[in-house]
Amino acid sequence: MAGKTLYEKLFDAHVVHEQDDGTALLYIDRHLVHEVTSPQAFEGLRLAGRKPWRTGAMLAVPDHNVPTTNRAGGITDPVSREQVSTLDRNCQEFGVQEFPMADLRQGIVHIIGPEEGFTLPGATVVCGDSHTSTHGAIGALAFGIGTSEVEHVMATQTLLQKRAKTLQVRVDGELGPGVTAKDVVLAIIGKIGTAGGTGYAIEFAGSAIESLSIEGRMSVCNMSIEAGARAGMVAVDEKTIEYFRDKPFAPQGEMFERAAEYWRTLKSDPDAQFDKVVTLDGSKIEPQVSWGTSPEMVVPVNGQVPDPAAEADPVKAEGMRNALKYMGLEANTPISDIQIDKVFIGSCTNARIEDLRAAAAAIKGGHVADNVTLAMVVPGSGLVREQAEKEGLDKVFLDAGFEWREPGCSMCLAMNADRLEPGERCASTSNRNFEGRQGQGGRTHLVSPAMAAAAAVAGHFVDVRQA
Amino acid sequence: MQAFTTHKGIVAPLDRSNVDTDAIIPKQYLKSVKRTGFGPTAFDDWRYLDPGEPGMDHSQRRKNPDFVLNQEPFDRASILLARENFGCGSSREHAVWALTDFGFRAVIAPSFADIFFNNSFKNGLLPIALKEEEVDAIFKAVAANPGLELEIDLPNQVVKAPDGTEYGFEIDSFRKHCLVEGLDDIALTLEHADKIKAYETAQMQKTPWLFNDLRGNAG
Ligand code: SF4
Repeated sequence: MAGKTLYEKLFDAHVVHEQDDGTALLYIDRHLVHEVTSPQAFEGLRLAGRKPWRTGAMLAVPDHNVPTTNRAGGITDPVSREQVSTLDRNCQEFGVQEFPMADLRQGIVHIIGPEEGFTLPGATVVCGDSHTSTHGAIGALAFGIGTSEVEHVMATQTLLQKRAKTLQVRVDGELGPGVTAKDVVLAIIGKIGTAGGTGYAIEFAGSAIESLSIEGRMSVCNMSIEAGARAGMVAVDEKTIEYFRDKPFAPQGEMFERAAEYWRTLKSDPDAQFDKVVTLDGSKIEPQVSWGTSPEMVVPVNGQVPDPAAEADPVKAEGMRNALKYMGLEANTPISDIQIDKVFIGSCTNARIEDLRAAAAAIKGGHVADNVTLAMVVPGSGLVREQAEKEGLDKVFLDAGFEWREPGCSMCLAMNADRLEPGERCASTSNRNFEGRQGQGGRTHLVSPAMAAAAAVAGHFVDVRQA
Repeated sequence: MQAFTTHKGIVAPLDRSNVDTDAIIPKQYLKSVKRTGFGPTAFDDWRYLDPGEPGMDHSQRRKNPDFVLNQEPFDRASILLARENFGCGSSREHAVWALTDFGFRAVIAPSFADIFFNNSFKNGLLPIALKEEEVDAIFKAVAANPGLELEIDLPNQVVKAPDGTEYGFEIDSFRKHCLVEGLDDIALTLEHADKIKAYETAQMQKTPWLFNDLRGNAG
């Protein structure tokens, strides 16, 4: 019998009950909650007279709506304020642990989960948020769910799930200097497409993935959903285990060693069979820039905006024409000729301490260009912000003309005051370049933190390796 | 949940692939703490010429005459037709609530994103995956005959066109059962409460660190 993939190990370890048709009741160890996708679920519980099954498995935090400036005065937008206070009230009523807006530990839900050791290797992790896949980087089975499923997990600690197919994405070889985890995942999505992973759980493997830090692996797994896969994961290695030493909610002392022994088993067996395998040569990956309105519309920084006329598939060509129109770009324009108006360094993809270090380093004593009206750095959590300030990164950013903000989702989806105006073009370290994502009519180019910082200084995209 | 057995209705052709949930319901409307009222702002950026905010009277806004759902008879459609990878992106169930609140009962496309697909079933919206050629044939039929109605028969897993063409579709048997009966998932799962407790008892021995009282840890 062939061995098991990591996904199969994680899935099998959590099956409470399985129906004949393969629908399994899967036990959920960790449930992260934020203000946008939970109010209707709490309300559902209340209407049905149900209680959460196990509040100890839940951790809540407001992140999508919170302001990144002037927090002392609370939230000015009444609708956002109502949503955040609804979360506070629900957590109090149902006894759910929350890091409210004023807590130093508050931050983007997918940043604080691992940072606190709340999400752990071997756990099943869910959240009413598609970027829950981030937590797969630590060898967890983590995926986003809808609000009805949030309510289901609250009420039963389980989810109805069918096994996904397995896809191994192997990135071998050594990444070149200046090439980051973000470039790797953008290159993967460029290769397999935004539906390439639909129906699959992805395991990222190969020497280039192994060489990434845990935070880098999080950036990769974060964007699994942009490749269509609900879950993406990386096997546990010693880096994973060291990452969790002394994290507040992680096991401590002897219990840690016991957990670590189990965590070391969390990798695909050598003879495990994947339903599909895709390989990339890591040494050939260059810094990436997205040019269109879907994350698969991505090219190397030294490339050009592609030409729909050269696309054989008429549906695809039409999609490209729509994207060019929306983005206000001409086919065949060199990427480095594209001027930008704003820069956003943040989001659950790229707002961890290593991201901020990379961005700060790429500034190289320069200053934000005159044509860039706003360059903002939004740390992923209060603790990331505190750490960055200890290292003096805030000063580097401020001296270079960047704004240094409070943690939250911010301009990743523009639910708070941080947004693009119609027609504005942004170099963004977030994960989605959909139409209107960062503000109605706004134009998003996805890049790594170093590429975003270098673009802020140059006023247009530049190859960070030459900047 | 509203049960789904058979349904007949007008088909609205939305000729786009990768329709993402940000497009189906833009973020500013996610600030609502309710499940209802998302219909008037479904596809907001495409549907209106002026920017929308929560709390507006959307009937007073300027509609984009080129957008299919603003055109007769598609403004009364209850079946949405689209290209591949429908519902990709954000997990927001608000996208499904926006479609059902608009009046849609089914979406037909060659493929769907996983989370959207799942969310649909929880709300009585039937996502039907047909072959690309079949979807293309329906697009052509609707172009030739706007206002064309399709009949969906879930128990028999078939979509019937007025010219007699039948398109069979696959659906997971458990999901079909829940949809046809309009069953509440949570109540069904709670019938297994003993098994969930037994699982927990066993796991507390195997992985006790996942069962610490989190409130007690880390002040
Ligand atoms: S940072 Fe962006 S992608 Fe991440 S959870 Fe927040 S809104 Fe979603």
